[in-house]
Amino acid sequence: MRIPCPYCGSRDASEFSYSGDATLTRPAPENTEAMFHYVYLRDNPVGVHREYWYHAAGCHAWLKVTRNVSTHEVIDAVLAHDEAAS
Amino acid sequence: MRYSLMSLLRQTLAGHKGWTPQWRDAAPKAEYDIVIVGGGGHGLATAYYLAKEYGLKNIAVLEKSWIGSGNIGRNTTIIRSNYLLSENISLYELSLKLWEGLEQDFNYNAMVSQRGVLNLYHSDGQRDAYARRGNMMRLNGADSELLDREGVRKLYQFLNFDAARFPIQGGLLQKRGGTVRHDAVAWGYARGASDRGVDVIQNCEVTGIDIVDGRAVGVQTSRGAIKAKKIGLAVAGSSSRVAAMAGMRLPIESHVLQAFVSEGLKPIIPGVITFGAGHFYISQSDKGGLVFGGDIDGYNSYAQRGNLPVVEDVCEGGMALMPAIGRARMLRNWGGLVDMSMDGSPIIDRTHVKGLYLNAGWCYGGFKATPGSGLVFAHLLAKDEPHPAANRLLLDRFRSGHIVDEKGQGAQPNLH
Repeated sequence: MRIPCPYCGSRDASEFSYSGDATLTRPAPENTEAMFHYVYLRDNPVGVHREYWYHAAGCHAWLKVTRNVSTHEVIDAVLAHDEAAS
Repeated sequence: MRYSLMSLLRQTLAGHKGWTPQWRDAAPKAEYDIVIVGGGGHGLATAYYLAKEYGLKNIAVLEKSWIGSGNIGRNTTIIRSNYLLSENISLYELSLKLWEGLEQDFNYNAMVSQRGVLNLYHSDGQRDAYARRGNMMRLNGADSELLDREGVRKLYQFLNFDAARFPIQGGLLQKRGGTVRHDAVAWGYARGASDRGVDVIQNCEVTGIDIVDGRAVGVQTSRGAIKAKKIGLAVAGSSSRVAAMAGMRLPIESHVLQAFVSEGLKPIIPGVITFGAGHFYISQSDKGGLVFGGDIDGYNSYAQRGNLPVVEDVCEGGMALMPAIGRARMLRNWGGLVDMSMDGSPIIDRTHVKGLYLNAGWCYGGFKATPGSGLVFAHLLAKDEPHPAANRLLLDRFRSGHIVDEKGQGAQPNLH
């Protein structure tokens, strides 16, 4: 399984560490119910999944990767920073 | 038919033409009192104990494929109760005690072999952590011994005691732990349940859960609609997608765990051994294959196969610990589908939907819990109350903060 890092090019997934679902938005901490959902509950879907990978053994960029979790096909990867800014 | 020396002799004289199917390949009825979704080890064990311990009838187990096709058919066969937290030790020790009597109880040879489980330690800090775990085990009624280096050498002198990088300082030993023939567990429970009137229904995939006024009233399946008064979900690996049919999101990510079997060798690994300086554990089946594995791959997956970095890592661990196995050929490699929970511990509880019960979150440790999980889930289904051995493994513990986190890693499933 290879991940196309925007800086480093296509690299083996073992260069990265995985951080899970990238579709969640951190709520205001006072909202304990929303915070519970954010920290603990997951859709955990089959098929296409958007997730965070951190290029630990490379450029140290945080990536948002679109990957099919049923086939392991990696569809694309963008810098998490770029998506957050837009 | 009861299996015994007499039945074997009778069948031998009859040319073995009289053996009957081990369980009825039942067709689904329109309605049951209790439907268990998932005909894996846990689902079948649950049905068996519901019939045997709680005397209940009119039960069905719905399995989307064939009995034995899931994780019960492919795992590394280990049984043990060497956990740190009381909430876990109580359940796994209940399960281990059930393993000890299981073959006589369900009249089936499951090859329960209490050959010992040894966790090696390689540093002072690790020794102290293992001593603490061993003490917690004893406080909770399980057996444990702390061996020093010479104690380990007496047991397993073929280990690499010369490795300067990973010095073997000793190990935590649970003598009552060991291995079990996993297929036989599925077959034994299926047969025992079926003989007591449970319908074991194969090729029946649940595609929907019918809920009326906040109460579960039945399921939709690939073999038609089935009404039920109570529905128990035992589909670990797929818990999220089945729970979604009831509108639930769970504190679970589905992950892949790889495992490996080598070609058959003469007996060289007498017990279960785990490496403390890397992710590697091994035992040897009675057929001769080395059965070994390591860590989860670490990313969400429903593919039931993993990638090569784990294969490499596991083999490196094996070579570091016991280079003697280095020339054995790997025969079989698979990936299982597991529920990694947000604290690494299982969830056995009612849900907010009346009549819907959940048994999930087993991470990579479900096989050893098969009898215990079956019994406590049967208790929950029968009595509508958690069993005392599992009364902290509740779904709302994440909301209330009463998490059961052995490794202390926090809310990231791939770290557990």
